[in-house]
Amino acid sequence: MKILVCISHVPDTTSKINFTDGDTKFDTNGVQFVINPNDEFGLTRAMWFKEKQGAQVTVVNVGGPETEPTLRKALAIGADEAIRVNTQAQDGYQVAKEIANVVKEGGYDLVIAGRESIDYNGGMVPGMIAAITNSNFVTNCISLEVDGTNATAMREIDGGKETVTTSLPLVIGGQKGLVEESDLRIPNMRGIMMARKKPLSVVEATNAAVETNSVKFEKPAPKGAVTLVDPDNIDELINLLHNEAKAI
Amino acid sequence: MSVLVYTESEQGKFKKTAFEVASYAKAVADQMGTTVTAITVNAGDTSELGKYGVDKVLSVTNSDLDKFNAKAYASVIVEAAKQESAKVVVLSSSADSKYLAPIVSIGLEAGYASNVVEAPSSTSPFTVKRTAFTNKAFNMTTIDTDTKIIGVSKNAFGLKESSGNASSEDFSPAISTSGVTVQSVDRATDKVTIADAEIVVSGGRGLKGPENWGMIEELAEVLGAATACSKPVSDLGWRPHSEHVGQTGKPVASNLYIAIGISGAIQHLAGINSSKVKVVINTDPEAPFFKAADYGIVGDAFEVVPTLIEKLKAFKAQNA
Repeated sequence: MKILVCISHVPDTTSKINFTDGDTKFDTNGVQFVINPNDEFGLTRAMWFKEKQGAQVTVVNVGGPETEPTLRKALAIGADEAIRVNTQAQDGYQVAKEIANVVKEGGYDLVIAGRESIDYNGGMVPGMIAAITNSNFVTNCISLEVDGTNATAMREIDGGKETVTTSLPLVIGGQKGLVEESDLRIPNMRGIMMARKKPLSVVEATNAAVETNSVKFEKPAPKGAVTLVDPDNIDELINLLHNEAKAI
Repeated sequence: MSVLVYTESEQGKFKKTAFEVASYAKAVADQMGTTVTAITVNAGDTSELGKYGVDKVLSVTNSDLDKFNAKAYASVIVEAAKQESAKVVVLSSSADSKYLAPIVSIGLEAGYASNVVEAPSSTSPFTVKRTAFTNKAFNMTTIDTDTKIIGVSKNAFGLKESSGNASSEDFSPAISTSGVTVQSVDRATDKVTIADAEIVVSGGRGLKGPENWGMIEELAEVLGAATACSKPVSDLGWRPHSEHVGQTGKPVASNLYIAIGISGAIQHLAGINSSKVKVVINTDPEAPFFKAADYGIVGDAFEVVPTLIEKLKAFKAQNA
């Protein structure tokens, strides 16, 4: 089984979010970049397929050279090879088109992406890859088993979960549950050394069209101070929630 | 060239988000000087949609669509959009709508903006405001394709009633066959879900152990609320993953969010930021949550929560 894991290069979850150039660009100053958490759950599941079922795992990112350390980290975790599609990611459609192209060229059976990136939160890349490559698709995926060309997956739905059966070729939108938080792997020294020797190929983009354009960013208005209520005066809290906030 | 809106239903009843997306579609249609067409699947009586500005309903009744299937449902929406020559397609942010949206996007060659919080600020260029960086920022985005798809954030636009009647006609499009088959659905039907809840009561590590969740559940019951938890609590296995809210868990966009024994890590706050009113109960006055909350009690949850439950019961009895 050939697996392609899509890796988004995103600011660490604790990052302060600021913008530059008249609020048109994300300010990367002092920001540490990581593998998108939703992708990392998928990558870790892919490692399981590699170790238990002999799958071959490739990671891919659409981005400039600055994303290569993130791809190297994925190699250190255990992926066999990496591909960087050399263009700046501009919108979900463009990224999906570029990755779909890699999928077709490489003949991958299973594509695992995160259900969304934690920066743009578009939540569209996996579904679009599936639609473009005419593959089966399960998103918000919290468990995945593959047996030959058949797959069984669980999807988180509003208020519960559903179990589905499907077959390869398959695209997954992954999230926590695909593996547990405690299953995530911190690369060890051996992994980091080996990652340096693993192939990271840079492929030129097909210059897919974009459908949407980011114009400007805005930060939410600063919040007013909290109204503190004395723990011995719970009636006051109920009064505020009812009459002031109109929330109960 | 109407605005098409997919109004979701469950067991023949519209979800509340259906009326919110209809209200949003009406606002877009007014800006563009056109009408609103709704597409429904096995929805039963559709007349209620008129109240939220829908002019016409395309009503699909098909037992093959009893269980949700993203590819099949997407093909229904694509066919409806083509028949109506829709220039804008409006969807909700439910798990199902987010599942099918990218498939519709490819099917219609239409740009898709998700998590949109306001009516378009301009229709030429078509510009929408959406959340990004998991609610830590907003992003103004243009959709530059001929047809546009908008996913509306839950509880962001609200319900807007308008007077009108929705005419209904049967619609029987060709449906794509899907290679994904639902085997079983596991959903608690007697509990309010985090996605649908007006009020969410959430517990953190400050509660010391899973055995102390009785009062969280009781408080939720009194308020008709859903229960949720912080990431450490789900990682420790005190509560199921499905209750984990935050950046890597579920987003919450309720009217009222009550955090009990949750310090308020940046990742947690990002996930609950879209909630309108936030209340925190924590022993530590330095907990970051106090900076994000509207109302706070510095106190011991084990004393505050039982009192709150008693007082709320009395309040509910009085205001029933």
